[in-house]
Amino acid sequence: MSSLTEKDRPIVQLLLNTGTCPRCILRFCCVGSQALYRHPYKDLMKDLREFLKNNQEKEDTVCSEVVDPPCKRIRLEHMEEGPDDLNHNGPLQQIPSVNDENAAMENSPVKVCNVCLGILQEFCEVDFVKKVCQKVNSADYQFTSFVFSVSLPPQLSVRERAAWLLVKQEMGNLGLSLTKDDIVQLKEAYKWIIHPQLSEELGVPADGKSLFEVSVVFAHPETDEECHFLATACPDCFKPAKNKQSVFTRMAVIKALEKIKEEDFLKHFPCPPSSPKNLCVALEIQCNNGAVFVAGRYNKYSRNLPQTPWIIDGERKLESSVEELISEHLMAEFKADSFNFSSSGREDVDVRTLGNGRPFAIELVNPRRIHFTAEEMKGLQQTINNSSDKIQVRDLQLVTRSAIGRMKEGEEEKTKTYSALIWTDKAIQKEDIAFLDDIKELKLDQKTPLRVLHRRPLAVRCRIIHTMKSEYIDEHHFRLHLKTQAGTYIKEFVHGDFGRTKPNIGSLLNRTADILELDVESVDVDWPPTLDN
Amino acid sequence: RICVITLAEAHPLLQSGKTIKSINYQISANCSRLQNKVSGKSKRGAQFLTELAPLCRISSSDGEEYTIYSCIRGRLIEVNENILSNPTILQEKPSTEGYIAVVLPKFEESKSITQGLLTQKEYEEVLLKRLNSSS
Repeated sequence: MSSLTEKDRPIVQLLLNTGTCPRCILRFCCVGSQALYRHPYKDLMKDLREFLKNNQEKEDTVCSEVVDPPCKRIRLEHMEEGPDDLNHNGPLQQIPSVNDENAAMENSPVKVCNVCLGILQEFCEVDFVKKVCQKVNSADYQFTSFVFSVSLPPQLSVRERAAWLLVKQEMGNLGLSLTKDDIVQLKEAYKWIIHPQLSEELGVPADGKSLFEVSVVFAHPETDEECHFLATACPDCFKPAKNKQSVFTRMAVIKALEKIKEEDFLKHFPCPPSSPKNLCVALEIQCNNGAVFVAGRYNKYSRNLPQTPWIIDGERKLESSVEELISEHLMAEFKADSFNFSSSGREDVDVRTLGNGRPFAIELVNPRRIHFTAEEMKGLQQTINNSSDKIQVRDLQLVTRSAIGRMKEGEEEKTKTYSALIWTDKAIQKEDIAFLDDIKELKLDQKTPLRVLHRRPLAVRCRIIHTMKSEYIDEHHFRLHLKTQAGTYIKEFVHGDFGRTKPNIGSLLNRTADILELDVESVDVDWPPTLDN
Repeated sequence: RICVITLAEAHPLLQSGKTIKSINYQISANCSRLQNKVSGKSKRGAQFLTELAPLCRISSSDGEEYTIYSCIRGRLIEVNENILSNPTILQEKPSTEGYIAVVLPKFEESKSITQGLLTQKEYEEVLLKRLNSSS
């Protein structure tokens, strides 16, 4: 094994004898060659023993300056003690001789590593890879790359620390130095080994930025209580959890390990760590795709359709909604778990949305399908439009998450135009309403309308009516077209809302006025991009 | 459910011949309805009203003083300040621009409160009975 040098020998010897697997040993020797970790387990084991044997032979003949006395001494001392010493609690154990262990290891089954609890052993093998890929393939996701995320039980950090302290003390005894920073992290080594295998089996590359995530949660119930001593040593790291889940989260454990003093650690935790009976278990293998965003503009032709489902006390007040009529088909095509609908403002149930329509965006959560061509999107648009005459959509397209910001900015900043059918109590003639056309930039003070006051804070809003255009119908009716600032309550501008919106049509015409019909003629936002529909 | 408190149809102040001299929202030494301040969706800080809590006192030019009561349990959201500057709208448009106050009852009490009120028809019957009994 060319990556290992003289100075690594004590570490290898020590860890091998205390029940650590070859790959973890390589990690503690700061071996950075990814390819080496991918070698089959048996080969690595053999190589390590070879490495030790060579040096053993050397020692028998020539004594190296540093190592010789302790080695010989230890071999002598351990003639009497048995193999049980490995699992005692208390101060660091003396190292038994390698020769005694060798024969045993050749014939016995693979012991579960006392540091990685099997992660760098069993869970690097083909069988596990196949299991993961089977899960992925059966979940039927569309993806071009993957990111593999692994959740390890917190006690691994504790065992890693114990192993490190063991090695540190040994090196200290031998007068050698050891830097913690170069030790290869467990997760990193694991990914070195498993990514290429997953990649090959799934047929796509591993990519840290991929939206498709395969996640595995590992647990080792046998040793779950090992972290508990940290709670007594560093109580402030472990706050009671909000849900039923354990207080001993990975983050909390790591924090406590940073705080705890070496002596305290060694008092409560065996060093070297004990050899477990069982491997870890892979609790869950889950797949998740990042959300996709579909944007467009909708027209609403019904005066009986809410934008979002109208349900009070579990009872639906009106059938369906704009968001359901649009999302239904998208959910089916994208095979998503759920959706989030948002739009650039909204209109009342009894108000139509005409013209180019109102911009909207739908976030599809965990979609199975993510690739759609422009043609397919057009087809989807057609399907939605064919399914209902209450709404129509246009400019349906895939957009990025950042695009949503542009839509929301439209809600507050851009102007809207409306058409209102107005009734007056006293008769009007054409001349009576003509002056409205000349009013520009009319400033309104609108108190929160009574009809929404139960769910909105009381406030006064200043809003501007930019332009108006009137259309006389008869003595008690006329149509008014207005262009207003975003956030203007049109209905209240017409009827005055008990005098709480001033000025209002009633006050301007010196009559009592009310609104019979309202239509949104345009929402002046130039997003999403217009498509050739 | 939002409630708007207005003068009833048959209120003396709305009968012909009455002129309003003044309207006062200061109902006691420590309490002025004008100082009511609410904040947020849940209208925190609002003065809480019971059925018999006075909203305002109105004096007519013939020396009479009328106390207008809330009649509804709930948080006082706002009182109509327009009638202070323009008392005529109280008599000309009592059910719209001349409203007295806006009250928001507790969500749980909403239904029981509505059920305790009279419909327009029931009110008219009450007025009829009153008329008949006095004649």
